[in-house]
Amino acid sequence: MSEPFEPKIVAFVCTYCTYAGADLAGTSRLKYAPNVRIVRLPCTGRISPMFILKALQKGADGVLVSGCHPGDCHFTHGNYHARRRWTVFRALLEFTGIPLERVKFSWISAAEGVKFAEFINTITEDIRKQGPFDQYKQLIRDTESPATL
Amino acid sequence: MAKIGVFICHCGENVAAKIDCTQLTAAIGEHPGVAVSVEYKYFCSDPGQESVKKAIREHGLTGVVVAACSPRMHEATFRNACAEAGLNPYLCEIANIREHCSWVHTDKDMATIKALEITRSLVEKVKRNNELRPIEVPVTRRALVIGGGIAGIQAALDIANAGHEVVLVEREASLGGHMAQLSETFPTLDCSQCIMTPRMVEAARHPKIRLLTYAEIERVEGYIGNFKVKVRMKSRSVDMKKCTGCGDCMLKCPVKKISSEFDCGLGKRAAIYTPFAQSVPNIPVIDKKRCTYFKNGKCQICSKSCPINAIDFTIEDEFLDIEIGAIVVATGFQIQNTAMYGEYGYGKYADVITGLQFERLASASGPTSGKILRPSDNSEPQTVVFIQCAGSRDPSKGVRYCSKICCMYTAKHAMLYAHKVHGGKTHIFYMDIRAGGKGYDEFTRRAIEEDEASYVRGRVSKVWQENGRLMVRGVDTLLGRPVEVAADMVVLATAIIAQPDAKEFAKTVGIGYDEYGFYNEAHLKLRPVESSTAGIYLAGCCQSPKDIPDSVAQASATASKVLALFSKEQLEREPVVASNNEATCAGCWGCVLACPYGAIEQKDILDRSGRLIKRVASVNPGLCQGCGTCVTFCRSNSIDLAGFTERQIFAEVMGL
Repeated sequence: MSEPFEPKIVAFVCTYCTYAGADLAGTSRLKYAPNVRIVRLPCTGRISPMFILKALQKGADGVLVSGCHPGDCHFTHGNYHARRRWTVFRALLEFTGIPLERVKFSWISAAEGVKFAEFINTITEDIRKQGPFDQYKQLIRDTESPATL
Repeated sequence: MAKIGVFICHCGENVAAKIDCTQLTAAIGEHPGVAVSVEYKYFCSDPGQESVKKAIREHGLTGVVVAACSPRMHEATFRNACAEAGLNPYLCEIANIREHCSWVHTDKDMATIKALEITRSLVEKVKRNNELRPIEVPVTRRALVIGGGIAGIQAALDIANAGHEVVLVEREASLGGHMAQLSETFPTLDCSQCIMTPRMVEAARHPKIRLLTYAEIERVEGYIGNFKVKVRMKSRSVDMKKCTGCGDCMLKCPVKKISSEFDCGLGKRAAIYTPFAQSVPNIPVIDKKRCTYFKNGKCQICSKSCPINAIDFTIEDEFLDIEIGAIVVATGFQIQNTAMYGEYGYGKYADVITGLQFERLASASGPTSGKILRPSDNSEPQTVVFIQCAGSRDPSKGVRYCSKICCMYTAKHAMLYAHKVHGGKTHIFYMDIRAGGKGYDEFTRRAIEEDEASYVRGRVSKVWQENGRLMVRGVDTLLGRPVEVAADMVVLATAIIAQPDAKEFAKTVGIGYDEYGFYNEAHLKLRPVESSTAGIYLAGCCQSPKDIPDSVAQASATASKVLALFSKEQLEREPVVASNNEATCAGCWGCVLACPYGAIEQKDILDRSGRLIKRVASVNPGLCQGCGTCVTFCRSNSIDLAGFTERQIFAEVMGL
């Protein structure tokens, strides 16, 4: 391959911590890889496993879930629900044959602009190494446009 | 058919330098459902906002996406502009292409592609946005203040003076709290009783304040503006309406040798008692655990001695249900028991006392009428050693934090002692002198320079008894050598800790607490008097150790928050709340377990004859804070969160 593979990563973040942390990375003019697309939610507790599956199905090569540190949740314990859900969800991911390494989980606070930028760089490189996630891509291409049949 | 307007802001050069805005405008203009796509230098400016409004009117837009800075910056600005143009503000979304794109990327092509995808995803979301209207919640204009110390009294008076009803609940038999126990207060040395008791009386007599002493909060339900509170009125066994407070019963009671809680064990009280002479209300209670009648059914001397038959042993606890709009929690603190420092000998030697006990000795209304006398033999101590940080700033045995007031009161104790015992000597072992505050450093300097307090920088390793005196061994770290002082009394500056039942109580009220049991504020700097629960505010030491001026200031701040809430008949809340589809709800109650706010209740669906058809979950929009945890829990997809619906988020992902 001549061009390096540019992975697409969908990030589901809470508005109070990680979204604000990403804002801080911006206001601090930190530079990081342009591969992440952020979906803003009120709380990590709102993040359904279905969102993660949808993103992977839609063609994301990796997914990031990030919110407030344990104990810091604006909604007192939404992040604990997210954490527990993630532990349970891992088993389902494994069962469906989706590599766990495609889905990243992190706590990034509103003050951690640097951590956000560094973390995005790290996971972008990691996903780049894993290569494109094409488990569903061909299937979707085939089924989404019936005209090709 | 959706008609979405997309407004791409250059933000001067902030966006335009790294994103090809013209290309972005053209590309998004091609996206299905986009009716207008325009770029401009500054959309947040007046002409920029005007152009958005004009486009909404001209094209009859059904949704707006502003691709600009973070929604945390200008979401409100553009939502207001939409509302002014007649478009429901919740049909406006912000695509963050500055903080999340142009400012953090260097490759213009990549940044432009990313900006397009971000914008497209929000266009897809906004197509599925619903019109939302602020939720109006009625407000009961009556405040509950929990705790009748200086913070609670201040908050109650401020709210009542503004004309609103206040219910002031104190669990002891009298108002006053810790401040009533103090002798004189730093840095002005005015007598605590002299400034405190008039406030207690004012609170008790205030026509807008309903005072409930010897009462505890049993239950708190409801939400901001609409709390339902159950108060337990503990039985005093004294009829409050009849009692005149003459005190005959207390004099006649045969059980007289109970150590007085108010005097920290230095004085005695009877089984029927008021905590202290200036108690408000001045009506005694019977200590049922110690009363002979309650123990073995005989005695009743108090009842026989009462000239107006106010004593009634049959009175039981009563419960009051009160509707409340806002709650001020001012439950105060306690001091740490210092027995864990075996080396200091507290509890072993009678003359090793706490700072609060010293306050009682120095108080004119205390057990010694203000004379500094040793508890062991009532003699006047000629040398007193004070040990600061006896518990504070000690992660190994005490607490990690600084209790904030000890440096000041220890300096005050040294001063009071010097004023009362001429020629007496004081030695203060300290780690640092923390005297930040108006007139505070001047005060500690005065203790050193005028009242000759001798400060020794270092810790004490041991206190023991020798020839009737207390030997104190410590180290002077400034001189670098060990010190030994023969003292007659040792005073420990004990740590301020949370009330023993603070965590339990937090759960009753529904607020958060930290690792120490102090109550959590919503934001340490910007929202220091609000708890994490809307409509519940924090004042005084229940939030963190603080001195009287800080407690009073915080109490007044809570009053201003309560008054702002009471300034309207209806409370407007963001409509980002969950709602349940009762038709599909299976009643599994996963959402009830998930909700951090207890906002989801069970609701019965009845047929016309009143028979139960099914039981479903029902979200109380007044309590719901909009986190969406319940939505993710719901296995029948019945609950959804306005503003962040499943449809909206799926569309957002599909748009990426």
